[in-house]
Amino acid sequence: MKTPGEITQHTEITKQPEIYRKRERLYRKEAKRQRGKELERINLPCHFAHSILCDEKAAVAAVCCLAHSFRLFRHFRVFRNLAFIALLALPVLAQVPYQRILNADQEPGNWLTYSGNYQGHRYSPLAQINTTNVAKLKPTWVYQVRDPGKVETTPIVVDGVLYITEKPHVVTALDARTGRPLWTYRRTTPPDVRACCGTPNRGLAILDDTLYFNTFDAKLVALDLHTGKLRWETTVADYKLGYSMTAAPLAVKDKIIVGIAGGEFGIRGFLDAYDAKTGKRAWRFWTVPEPGEPGNETWAGDSWKTGAAPTWVTGVYDPDLNLVYWGTGNPGPDWNGDERAGDNLYSDCLLALDADTGKLKWYFQFTPHDVCDWDATETPVLFDAAINGRNRKLVVMANRNGFYYVLDRATGEYLSAEPFVKQTWAKGMDAKGRPIRLPNTSPTPEGTLIYPGLDGGTNWQSPSYSPLQKLFYVLARDNNGQIYFKAKTPYKPGDPFMGGGARDLPGVESYAVVKALEPTTGKQKWEFKLYAPVFSGVMSTAGGLVFGGSTEGYFYALDAATGKPLWHFMAGAQIVTNPVSYLVNGKQHVAITAGLSLFVFALD
Amino acid sequence: MRLKKVLLFSLFFIWITIFLTSSTDARQSTMLLLAMSHAFGITMNARLRLVSRCLLSTSLLLGALWLLRAQQNELAPGERLFQAHCAACHGPQGEGGRGPTLALANLNRGTTEPLLINLIKGGIPGTEMPGSQLASEEIQAIAAYVRKLGQALPETVSGDATRGKQLYFTKGNCQHCHALKGQGSGFGPDLTEIGLKRGAAHLRTSLLAPEADVPKSFALYRPGTGVTENFLQVRVLTIDGRRIKGVRLNEDTFTIQLREASGGVHSFFKSELSELHKDWGKSPMPSYRAVFSKAELDDVVAFLLSLRGEK
Repeated sequence: MKTPGEITQHTEITKQPEIYRKRERLYRKEAKRQRGKELERINLPCHFAHSILCDEKAAVAAVCCLAHSFRLFRHFRVFRNLAFIALLALPVLAQVPYQRILNADQEPGNWLTYSGNYQGHRYSPLAQINTTNVAKLKPTWVYQVRDPGKVETTPIVVDGVLYITEKPHVVTALDARTGRPLWTYRRTTPPDVRACCGTPNRGLAILDDTLYFNTFDAKLVALDLHTGKLRWETTVADYKLGYSMTAAPLAVKDKIIVGIAGGEFGIRGFLDAYDAKTGKRAWRFWTVPEPGEPGNETWAGDSWKTGAAPTWVTGVYDPDLNLVYWGTGNPGPDWNGDERAGDNLYSDCLLALDADTGKLKWYFQFTPHDVCDWDATETPVLFDAAINGRNRKLVVMANRNGFYYVLDRATGEYLSAEPFVKQTWAKGMDAKGRPIRLPNTSPTPEGTLIYPGLDGGTNWQSPSYSPLQKLFYVLARDNNGQIYFKAKTPYKPGDPFMGGGARDLPGVESYAVVKALEPTTGKQKWEFKLYAPVFSGVMSTAGGLVFGGSTEGYFYALDAATGKPLWHFMAGAQIVTNPVSYLVNGKQHVAITAGLSLFVFALD
Repeated sequence: MRLKKVLLFSLFFIWITIFLTSSTDARQSTMLLLAMSHAFGITMNARLRLVSRCLLSTSLLLGALWLLRAQQNELAPGERLFQAHCAACHGPQGEGGRGPTLALANLNRGTTEPLLINLIKGGIPGTEMPGSQLASEEIQAIAAYVRKLGQALPETVSGDATRGKQLYFTKGNCQHCHALKGQGSGFGPDLTEIGLKRGAAHLRTSLLAPEADVPKSFALYRPGTGVTENFLQVRVLTIDGRRIKGVRLNEDTFTIQLREASGGVHSFFKSELSELHKDWGKSPMPSYRAVFSKAELDDVVAFLLSLRGEK
């Protein structure tokens, strides 16, 4: 048996120097081209504002200039007024209108939305750090949070400032150059919140001059981007019924779209959109239909009332089709399906909703009548490619049930599904993508061994898609079998409603593994084994790298083409989050949180 | 008289209905009512008294049987759950195995029912005992069953612990690899509390056939500290040609740490190794089948069982 993180991968790095030299030349060229493009892209006032905000020399120069012009032109009212207008205009420029997020790929120096762009790519077009120099990556600064618990945030980076959430309800703005806090927003958490699995917060959304984040007690909070002062807050759901919120919101046009957690508490799930200015609810899509609505017939009796189907990971958006794609979680109770006979729509689905109205365009259910807690909340990834000679708009998902799915994102048409980890529950898919279940693959009171186990083939950690390599990267858990058992679970509002669980089978050694899959088929290109089970996402870059974290505390970089490890750093605590990349003063940085700290790296 | 008769029969009818449809508590209170009406029956005339007494005695007997069965049923799910979730380590009768015996009148950690329930719920950090995801009612049922196990006879060992102690340090030379209260080698598992952790049968098997039950899984990877202490045997060959054998202290994606039998500790980046072998299921411990007589083995087992960590 191969051991995780096997050794052969380490030794081959030195064997192909000429290839690496060639690649270095290539990357240098690409990096130079990008630096040029970077300057072209940033329009002058914006760049001016950026340098003033991020560079104290530039700021001093600007203030001197202004003061000088005041003295010089104090008798010329027009000039003075012009100077005033310029001064007032500065903060307005440091805004993130919808158009900027839409074109996030055009400004790789910033990280404007949870997955880096609306397509869910978690890909940085920056190439300064690449396969030839990543070995020289060094920490620049470390920010340590004050409250206990691990930090799972994805930072938002805008014009020289990093915005992070700390567990459970702290938002901090950090100067990207020094790591020093600019402001902190802090709110209290009610003492009686109920958590199935910790109280993390996974990040923010930004729109215009406002930051948005969700709280564990199910509130959407809007903060002033520049001061961290509270603009408004809206109660999304009643936390006393087991509702909670952990994901980053998604800003689309003039709305903030938020998902809900609570699949282990018998909630009735939904996806909400709120007016970004006022916090008023614009639409709600219930993920469990009530009687009279299509889909309610897939729930026996009153079981729909506690049907769960939460929406606990941030979705993605296609501006051309104006559709929001959002995954839904397990039906409730998780492991005991006796009382909820039927397919249990829209649990374990990918939903395509109209961004303006929340109306359902199409849905695709991955695991009908799920009894293994195989949430379909993994980040969907959008790209276009030819399938069987026909150009398609695609959405793909590496699903917790162990299969990699390719769907047409305009129609929801099923195209293919391929297992990307060991699975023992499905013989395959029928023509419509419905799994053909094998016998004896449901939890029993005594327990049934099923692959993949409870943590799934993958989980909420972000995948990545590199348009450069044309590869899909996912942090998977392989050889992951567990004994699923079911139990009785009477429903009490606000109490856990799970009906069983899963336990390890001694001798079954699951391991984490970064896999590169061909995006249109799901066929494996390479894999890199990690030792311990991991909940850390991956980010690919134009530098030909894949960055990721590990439970052991490693932040590492792999060659995106081959999976060879090129660099690692021991951060000293569990990494349970996703990496990001951005520019500070024209220099590429990568950042990730580990334990209670945010680590930022750059080349010397 | 007729009224009393009608009353009696309708009472009987109501009672049967309630009894068949109600919970244990309600059944108990109904039985109390019934007993009261039985006493009330004394005032009746002889014939009716006979009929009512026969009727009521039968139903009382029936009720008692029902209650008894109900009580047995209450334990039944606990036993079923125990067999499904606990018996693999603690033995089908709780006699112990890889896990300690639970057939004790006084459990070492779960001394009271709430403590035992908390322990099953949360597991014991730093040991192989995991927390349970079962519902509260089910954990309660398991706890009730575990406490019932203690009413059975405790495990008896025929050996003499004092003689066993002598054998441990002389003929067995166990301290060469194991530590007791900080004395001895750290190459093998610490035995200071082994009597709390393992059952007699498991200890006997471990002495005779050390490789019969060696922990295999690293599913219990602990963030912050790493692999559980399962004394996995590893052999490495470094790039510069050194061969080193030892027990694994820790491991991650890029590094591994091990301890040689001599006590020396080595730490490697995996990139410094050209070979890494993990001998799952192997143990460096020799079999004591040829070393100890049957009586001596009993003595050593008795000594090991007496090791419970106290001063």
